[in-house]
Amino acid sequence: MAELKKWYELPIAGLIVEPGTARKYRTGDWRVKRPIYDRSKCIDCMFCWFYCPDQAIIQENGVMKGIDYFYCKGCGVCANVCPKSAIEMRPETEFVGKED
Amino acid sequence: MAKKNLMAITGAEAAAYAMKQIEPDVVAAYPITPQTPIVEYFAKYVADGEVRTEMIPVESEHSAMSAVVGAAAAGARAMTATSAQGLALMSEIVYIASSLRLPIVMGLVNRALSAPINIHCDHSDAMMVRDSGWIQLFCEDAQEVYDLTILAVRLAEHEDVRLPVMVNQDGFIISHGVEPVEVLPDDVVKKFVGELKPIYPLLDTDHPVTYGALDLYDYYFEHKRQQIEAMKHAYKVFPQIAEEFYKISGRKYDYVEPYRMEDAEYVMVALGSSNGTIKDVVDELRGEGKKVGLLKIRMFRPFPKAEIQRYLTARKAVVVLDRAASFGAEAPLYEAVKSALYEVAVRPLMGSFVYGLGGRDLKPEHVEYAFKRAMALDLVADKEEYLGLRE
Ligand code: SF4
Ligand code: SF4
Repeated sequence: MAELKKWYELPIAGLIVEPGTARKYRTGDWRVKRPIYDRSKCIDCMFCWFYCPDQAIIQENGVMKGIDYFYCKGCGVCANVCPKSAIEMRPETEFVGKED
Repeated sequence: MAKKNLMAITGAEAAAYAMKQIEPDVVAAYPITPQTPIVEYFAKYVADGEVRTEMIPVESEHSAMSAVVGAAAAGARAMTATSAQGLALMSEIVYIASSLRLPIVMGLVNRALSAPINIHCDHSDAMMVRDSGWIQLFCEDAQEVYDLTILAVRLAEHEDVRLPVMVNQDGFIISHGVEPVEVLPDDVVKKFVGELKPIYPLLDTDHPVTYGALDLYDYYFEHKRQQIEAMKHAYKVFPQIAEEFYKISGRKYDYVEPYRMEDAEYVMVALGSSNGTIKDVVDELRGEGKKVGLLKIRMFRPFPKAEIQRYLTARKAVVVLDRAASFGAEAPLYEAVKSALYEVAVRPLMGSFVYGLGGRDLKPEHVEYAFKRAMALDLVADKEEYLGLRE
């Protein structure tokens, strides 16, 4: 989470006065289950990339590169659509204190 | 000062006439008794080409407030008016208007809320939204309606305030009663209200802003704190704006109006048109040598606590008249005044009287009765009593 501002440091009314600020929002904080990706099973079909509602699947030139945990909310859609079971949802409690 | 221009008009026309001179960019309203004549008069000004205001005849009050919210967010000066059920229907957006810090001015012609259905005056509508973050001004007569509607524009739009203002007038009693009202020349009003300086207008496409974004536990609290601060600012800047208004009109407006208070030992506190009746009774009792006085509350939100304390400390007895009940708690004005007096050096004896619900008349003998109870020191702070009720 970005540094939280005090009440007198904010624009009034909850207005968002610069565009594109959603990018700074770590929706990854909402996650209760974490998708764990197994490269050895993956066939780069891009189903996960296509279905992910948060654009949290990282791909380069059609090659699956992993998951962006800053944005991944842990919805599990990617694991559900993967034809090769290359993504497994694990409880966040297993990762407490570990880096993303 | 220009020479006096007196008009014989109703409170509703006084509000509409002030709106005509303010000439807001947008008025969106839906007619409801007893506010209807405000909308009628204003629609006529628009139809006759006397104002360039964009008038939106919406299909409901929910839409009326939504339209003025949209207009104000776009950067327009926007106004509306309503009563009772209309306010109830728009109440969702009433809370949004203040939370989005939009300087809307709304005339509220006070009427009893249903059920049972009733079209006459009480303050239950205003009290329903007392905690919605709007500045609330209460008028005693049509002159105040005219003056405070104009003044409200400046208060709402002040850069440190940016809050909507509700100008209350008692349904029928003020809204439909014809009185002499001294009006100002158009150009004087135009100059006084000046141009609206929009803050974060949606129409400024070079600086795009988002209104109404999701605001969860991490920031909502901070934004509410800002609204609390804005109310403090409203309290602070009101005298400056009132002073400027005095310069153009010769009429002084304070948060409260003390009437024959100098040596008063027994003081009545009230909102709205009843203050006129109370003044008459005060004069009568003063004629009999009784030390009675009146503290009329003009600004209910923000609540002028310091003035209440200053005027009411060390009086022998204070009776508060409420034209609204708070079911299961003390009546709203009484509760606020009593709470303010917790901190004074010498607390007066206090009594609470609810009166006038659904348009029941407050007669001079009711006021006299309440004063007599105060003078006999026959008041119980925890007991709510009723004036004009069959019991
Ligand atoms: S769990 Fe949901 S949000 Fe996270 S990468 Fe998979 S599809 Fe995207
Ligand atoms: S859906 Fe499964 S197999 Fe397809 S790219 Fe994603 S992880 Fe690889």
